[in-house]
Amino acid sequence: MPQQPPIYRVEGLTRVYGEGASAVHALRGVDLELPPGEITVLLGPSGSGKSTLLNILGGLDRPSAGRAWFRGEELTAMSDRALTRYRRDNLGFVFQFYNLMPSLTAEENVELVTEIARNPMDPAEALALVGLDTRKDHFPSQLSGGEQQRVAIARAVAKRPDVLLCDEPTGALDSATGREVLGVLQHLNRSLGSTVMIVTHAAATAEMADRVIRFTDGAIRSVEHNDAPRAAAEIEW
Amino acid sequence: MSTLDRKLSRDLWRMKGQAAAIAVVMALGVMMQVMMAGLVVTLDETRRGYYERYRFAEVFAPVTRAPSHVLHQVAGLPGVARAEGRISGAARIELSDRAVPVAAQALSLPDHAEPALNAIRLQQGRLFDPGAPEEVVLLDTFAAAHGLRPGDALQVVMNGARRSLRITGLARSPEFLYAAAPGEMVPDDARYAVLWMSQTSLSASFDMKGAYSEFLVTLTRGTDPRGVIEALDHLLKPWGGSGAYDREDQFSHRFVSEEINGLRDTAAAIPPVFLGIAAFLLNIVIARMVQAEREEIGLLKAFGYRGSEIGGHYLKLVLAIAVAGALLGALLGILSGRAMVQLYLHFYKFPFLVFRLDPGALALGLVVSVLAAAAGGAVVLRQIFALHPAEAMRPPAPADYRRAGRWAGALKALDQPTRMVLRRFTRTPFRMLGAVVGITFGMGLSVGMLTIHAGFNQAVALSFDVLDRSEATVSFTHAVSQKTLLELARHPGVLRVEGARSVPVVLRNGRRTHRGAITGLPPDPELLRALTPDYIPIALDGPGLVLSTALARKLKAQAGDVLTVEVREGAQPALRLPVTGVSETVLGAPAYMALEALDRALFEPGRISSAALRLDPAQAEAVQVWLRDQPVVAGVSLKSEARDAFERVMNQGTGATRFIMAAVAFTITFGIIYNAARIALAERAHDLASLRVIGFSKGEAAYVLLGELGLVTLLALPCGAFLGWGIAHMLAAAYSSDLYTITVVFRPAAFGFAALVVISGAVLSGLLVKRDVDRADLVAALKTRD
Repeated sequence: MPQQPPIYRVEGLTRVYGEGASAVHALRGVDLELPPGEITVLLGPSGSGKSTLLNILGGLDRPSAGRAWFRGEELTAMSDRALTRYRRDNLGFVFQFYNLMPSLTAEENVELVTEIARNPMDPAEALALVGLDTRKDHFPSQLSGGEQQRVAIARAVAKRPDVLLCDEPTGALDSATGREVLGVLQHLNRSLGSTVMIVTHAAATAEMADRVIRFTDGAIRSVEHNDAPRAAAEIEW
Repeated sequence: MSTLDRKLSRDLWRMKGQAAAIAVVMALGVMMQVMMAGLVVTLDETRRGYYERYRFAEVFAPVTRAPSHVLHQVAGLPGVARAEGRISGAARIELSDRAVPVAAQALSLPDHAEPALNAIRLQQGRLFDPGAPEEVVLLDTFAAAHGLRPGDALQVVMNGARRSLRITGLARSPEFLYAAAPGEMVPDDARYAVLWMSQTSLSASFDMKGAYSEFLVTLTRGTDPRGVIEALDHLLKPWGGSGAYDREDQFSHRFVSEEINGLRDTAAAIPPVFLGIAAFLLNIVIARMVQAEREEIGLLKAFGYRGSEIGGHYLKLVLAIAVAGALLGALLGILSGRAMVQLYLHFYKFPFLVFRLDPGALALGLVVSVLAAAAGGAVVLRQIFALHPAEAMRPPAPADYRRAGRWAGALKALDQPTRMVLRRFTRTPFRMLGAVVGITFGMGLSVGMLTIHAGFNQAVALSFDVLDRSEATVSFTHAVSQKTLLELARHPGVLRVEGARSVPVVLRNGRRTHRGAITGLPPDPELLRALTPDYIPIALDGPGLVLSTALARKLKAQAGDVLTVEVREGAQPALRLPVTGVSETVLGAPAYMALEALDRALFEPGRISSAALRLDPAQAEAVQVWLRDQPVVAGVSLKSEARDAFERVMNQGTGATRFIMAAVAFTITFGIIYNAARIALAERAHDLASLRVIGFSKGEAAYVLLGELGLVTLLALPCGAFLGWGIAHMLAAAYSSDLYTITVVFRPAAFGFAALVVISGAVLSGLLVKRDVDRADLVAALKTRD
């Protein structure tokens, strides 16, 4: 298999919050390259820097030093407006707390994204992908946590994003629902070819990954390649 | 300072913008309340004190000439407490700096004693010496307008004879709180004077030795003036009594009363609206704030704080804002009250006017605000106290939009952000409605005031360009022959002359009466005209009356009714005259009649009492100088001067109020929109950050937040326009009396300007909040659940 150009490249990425004695070094000079189309799981304890990296790659935060590229374009040099464009065209986000609009139904939450995307799916199709086509007219307050997270995933994938960034997507869910959600992500990776990055505490999630990156104290401790990722449904919690 | 109090001060600091916006709206309410209630008290009390101190009469009884012994009979009438007689006559003052003489009223004061009634207040100089007949005390505002001082000489024509007088003092009197030239409605210090002279001196001028031409009376407590008036009319009939009238019909008293009553009505109507809006704002904000503090409240409860302690903490926060607003309002109210007092001193000649605070009004404003705010907080606190601490500390479930309905989804043309905007509306309709109502009031007040101002301008134009197209009016010392008109018409520079006859009358329609005058007009007049409300000239013929709208309103009379007319001049006949029409009026409450028919009814054919002139501008001044020297001319009034005086009053009074109301509309709109935006932002910071994360630009995200506020404003604009139209009609009715008639005219510019003010208030608050939306920390917003 020929070596594909990386979808993300990171050099000497550093992020410091605050200054002086109270400064917190969230990232300490991280270097990394990620090929497209893989599922990458970022593991590590709280404060190890994994979410900070995800936020910088997602264009939600800026590093204190270092540079990051998306397909050769330098993210760290982009204006706010260009970062908005980048998120809009290329990324899907899934968060621990779903972040749905309470005033929109499940389908409308998906349409929120398809209305502004370049090559979106039909919202109903996206909801069908996550198995929620029968509950599309419900408001978030009428859905369970797992259902809300699946709507959030449908919303994230409906624009056919190049990258799905997931920050603790199962953090607020019980294990059975969590497995289902991970299964959806895996399915999307296989069927759409999207690059998926998952930040999590749950070490077991690593079993479904193509690549596992472990963080400690703002630095990468190890990068492992997993030649035989398991199906999400088989993961033991 | 306890920890909770420290939290309180920090909370206040954190929400300072919002707190200030609420405090300012509340301050406006309290300011209006304090200012208006204070002005009512100030004017009312000062007037009462002034009347008491200078013994202002309650009933006035003019006669042609009554021997002085009649005074004892007057004093002996049942119900009369005190009586005084005096000589009253018309005079004109000739000044070197004016071609046109100034109309003046000359009044006598007893030679050697303090007057029993209607004493004067010397502002400067001394009283006349009864032994020196040329000495005179002059109305001080007139003296100030012409730079006259005690010691100066004054040329005065009285009863056809020119006298050279010397000013010894300057004075004011409760009788002339409001002083306007005869036939005019607005005061012009330069063009109206009052002269006080000794009985001896004035009786020589008016041929009144041992006689009086007016009796003044005060009543014993609880006496109905109507009985005394009847008795006086009966007693004074042989002496040419032209009808006694009580204080309510006295020109100056009427005007001041109208002002105080108008102010009292406005004070009862407008401040409560402001207080209501402020209370509403405070209520929502406090409710929202307590809701946002849910977790902290749970924590405090978990630590063992009692509900009353936590409730007290939030009550203090409410009190801090309410008290700050009320104090600011009281301060602004006192300051604006003082400023208004200065304005009033221009129109009303009080010896002094010190703004007085009405403590009741202040307390009411404060209590209403605090109670409303406390109620808002209490409702939410009760909900939270009902929860277990652990439950309260957990974030609330996603806002439930089931009630908001899916109907917006049926509108396929709408994009999702617009649906979000609309659903906010349907989810909390009362809150949105409250905001719409608040801004509607702001807009309405502004539109109302601007429209009324346009109405005043219309009144000026109507009065001085349409109804009366003359340039000068000459009044004669007595009813003269119509031949005088020919003489006037022959004079170079006089382009047109029309005579008129004005006769004092009492008009009665059933139990309703009006003391005024009937004006006889020539056929097809060009200068002074009676017009229908559509500005079509009304033909006057036969013995019928055309009433002005103001008079028709006052007498509740319409065409076809027959009025009793008691003439108060000459033979004083009592007539029965039919009403044949109603004419448009602006100033006063005139009644018109064909000149010939009027003269015939009075058995005085061919008589006129005044003439309206149109002058050649190049020779106008020469005509005025010539007129001054004509013995039959009592006075000349120039329309340009009357018009200037009128416009001056309008610009100072309503003109200023117009801008105050615009500022008020701006502040209300700003306060409401800013608070609504802040609340929306607090409630939805999380949603907005989510939108930004999934690729919405700053502008698109702000649309979701500010769209609803734009919608609120857009809804309020037409509502405010309609309300304003209604307010204008209400104000017009409140301002209109038989002194003025204000009509409401539709001026698109009034609505446009008010809308612009409201929109700029909304835009400014939107911009301030958008700044915070733009600065939102996306990562932080996503890490927490609301």
